[in-house]
Amino acid sequence: MFDRAAFFQRYGVGLALVLLVIFNLAVTPNFATSQTLAVNLTQVCTIVIVGVGMTLVIATGGIDLSVGSLMAIAGALSPMFFTGQLFPVPNLYVGIALGIAFPILIAGMFGLFNGWLVTRFSIQPIIATLVLFIAGRGIAQVSTNGDLQVFKVPEFQSIAIGRVLGVPFQVWIMLVIVIVSAFVLHKTVFGRQVLAVGGNEAAARLSGVPVGRVKFLVYFVSGLCSGVAGLIVIAMNSAADANLIGLGMELDAIAAVVVGGTLLSGGRATIVGTLLGALVIQLVRYTLLANGVPDPAALVVKAGLIVLAVWLQRQEQA
Amino acid sequence: MMRGFRISPSMAVVAVLVILTLLGAWRYDGFIGTYNVQTVLRYNSMFALVALGMCFVIMTGGIDLSVGSVAAFSSVVAAHLSPYGLLPGLVGGLAAGLLAGLINALIITKLRILPFIATLATMLAASGTALLLANNQSVSVSYDTYFTNLGQGDLLSFMRPEWVDAEGAGILAGILGFILSFPTPAFIALAAYIGGAIIIKHTAFGRHVLAVGGGTEASRLMGLPVDRTIFLVYVISGGMAGMAGVILASQFGAGQPIEGIGWELFAIASVVVGGTLLTGGKGSIGGTLAGALLLGIIFTILNFENGMGWISLSAYWQSVVRGVFLFVVVVLQAKLSKQAKA
Repeated sequence: MFDRAAFFQRYGVGLALVLLVIFNLAVTPNFATSQTLAVNLTQVCTIVIVGVGMTLVIATGGIDLSVGSLMAIAGALSPMFFTGQLFPVPNLYVGIALGIAFPILIAGMFGLFNGWLVTRFSIQPIIATLVLFIAGRGIAQVSTNGDLQVFKVPEFQSIAIGRVLGVPFQVWIMLVIVIVSAFVLHKTVFGRQVLAVGGNEAAARLSGVPVGRVKFLVYFVSGLCSGVAGLIVIAMNSAADANLIGLGMELDAIAAVVVGGTLLSGGRATIVGTLLGALVIQLVRYTLLANGVPDPAALVVKAGLIVLAVWLQRQEQA
Repeated sequence: MMRGFRISPSMAVVAVLVILTLLGAWRYDGFIGTYNVQTVLRYNSMFALVALGMCFVIMTGGIDLSVGSVAAFSSVVAAHLSPYGLLPGLVGGLAAGLLAGLINALIITKLRILPFIATLATMLAASGTALLLANNQSVSVSYDTYFTNLGQGDLLSFMRPEWVDAEGAGILAGILGFILSFPTPAFIALAAYIGGAIIIKHTAFGRHVLAVGGGTEASRLMGLPVDRTIFLVYVISGGMAGMAGVILASQFGAGQPIEGIGWELFAIASVVVGGTLLTGGKGSIGGTLAGALLLGIIFTILNFENGMGWISLSAYWQSVVRGVFLFVVVVLQAKLSKQAKA
C-alpha cells in the first residue's frame, strides 16, 4: 500500500525543493548559473547553522527565541578582539583566533543561561529565551554604543568569503556543522537522549536519562551555533552592526526547522530536513524577488509557508 | 498574628508602584507634575492596551506574539484613512487589528496550530502587509481632520473652566485641572480596562476564559465552548493592538510600518508582573494595568536619572533593563508557584 502521509513526511521538503528548482529553471532568467548558486548558498548558510542548534532545542520540546540576539552579541564583540581594542594582541593571527573563539564561547555561555532558566526554574522555553531575546541585543548595543564597527581584515573575512575548491568557506563550515550534528543526533547516546526528552520527558527521566543535563547542552549548542553565525555575518559585511546582526533570525531558523519536518512538540528531528527546509525558504524568497515581487510580499508568503508546514505536520499526526 | 494573610502579586505590584512614584517625586523636580504625568500616561496607554489584549490571551494559556506588528499595520491603515476624518481612521485601524486577530483565531482554532507559531506567522504577514501598504516608508496622517486628537488631545479639555488655571486657585482646582487635562488615549485605555475587568468578573465568557486556561480538556468535557472562547481572546487581542496602532499613528502623526518591535515583550512582561500565570487559568486585569504602569514608571525614572547626570544610560539600556525585569519576574513567579504547589 502507498502511505501518502508517510511519503510526504519523508520526502515532502525534498519534493518542494525539486519543484522550486524546476519552476525556476523554466521561469527565472539566468537561474542555472554558478553565481545564482553561490548567492543562494551564502544567504542560506547562517540560517542553516542557527537552524541546527534550533533543531536540537526543538527536538527536546523547547524553543530558542534568543538566537538572533546571541548572533548580535558574538558579532559585536569579535572585532573588539582582533582589532586589539579590548587588550593588545601580540599579532593579528592571535587576535583573530581570540576574536573567533571568545565570541562563540560567550554566545554559548548565554545559551547556558537559557538552559539554566529552563531547567532550574522550569520556566517555559518561550518565556525563558524571551529574556535574552530582549536583553541580548541590548547587551550587544550597549557594548558597542550602538555604533557600526567597520574593519578591513581580509584574514578574518576569509571565514565567510574565502573559497576552498571554488566553494565559499562558510558553506564548508555549514556542511561540517550539519554532518557532525546529524551524526550526533542519530548515532550517539546523547542524540537518543535528546529525542527521548522531547518524546516523553517523564518517561525519559524515569528511565534514567539526565534530562536537565541534556536540556542544558542543547541550549549551549544553540548558543554556540548562533555565535558562529554571528561571526559569518560580520565577516561577510566587513562590519559589525549590533542593531542588525541576526535580526529576525529566530523566525527564519524556526521556519527552516518546521518546514524540514522536525516536530515542534519534540521527539522527532531531522538535521538534513532543516538544511532542506532552509533551502526551500531561501529559494522561495529568491524566486519571488527574482520575478519582481517586492520583499514585504515575500514576508507574507513566508508566513503562509510556515503555517502550511505546521498544518501538514498536524495532518500526518492525526 | 498575620495568619491567613497573603500578599497577592497584584498588591505587591501596586505597592512597588507607589514606592517608586514616591521615590521619583522626592528625587526629581516635576516628576509628579502635570506635564510629566500626562506624557507618561499618553505614551504608555498604547502599551497598556496591548497588554490588556495579551492578558486575555495568556489567561487562556496562549500567547500572541503578533501584537507589535499588528499595531504597526493598523497605524498604517489608520494613517491612510485619516484624511477622511477621525471616525474612518479610528474604525479602519481598529478593523485592521480585528482582522489580524481573526486570522490568528482561525489558524489556532480551525487549523489547530500552536498559538506561538500561528502568531509568529501573523507577525511576519502583518509586518509585510504594513510595509506594502506604506510603500516602505512612514505614512503621514492628515492634520486637517480631528484624527490627531485621538492621540494628542485631552478629552475633557473643552470643559475646563478658566478659574482652574487662575493664580492661587487652591488644591481642589489643581486636582480638577489635573483630571481635566487627562490625555485622550489614557481615557481610551482606562475605558478598555474597566470593560475588560467587567467582562472577566461578571460575564460567562470571562469565566470561560479562566476555565479554559485552567484546563482545556476539563473545560471541553464540562461542555464549555472552548474553541469559541479561544477564538474570541485572539480577536480581542487583535482589536486592542489595532486600537494601539490608531493611537500610535495619531500621537506621532504618522503610520509607522516598522514600529512595534518588542511590544509583545512589553505586553507579556506587564501581564506577568501583574500576577497573571503564564500557564493560564489565573489572572488579574487590574494587575496587568499596574504592571504596565510599573514598566512605564521604571523607564521614566531611568530617563530622569539620565537627565540628572548621575548615570548615563543610552537608549540601548532600555532593552537590557526590560530583559532583566522580565527575568526577575519570571523567576519570582516560578518560585512562588512552586511554593504554592508544595
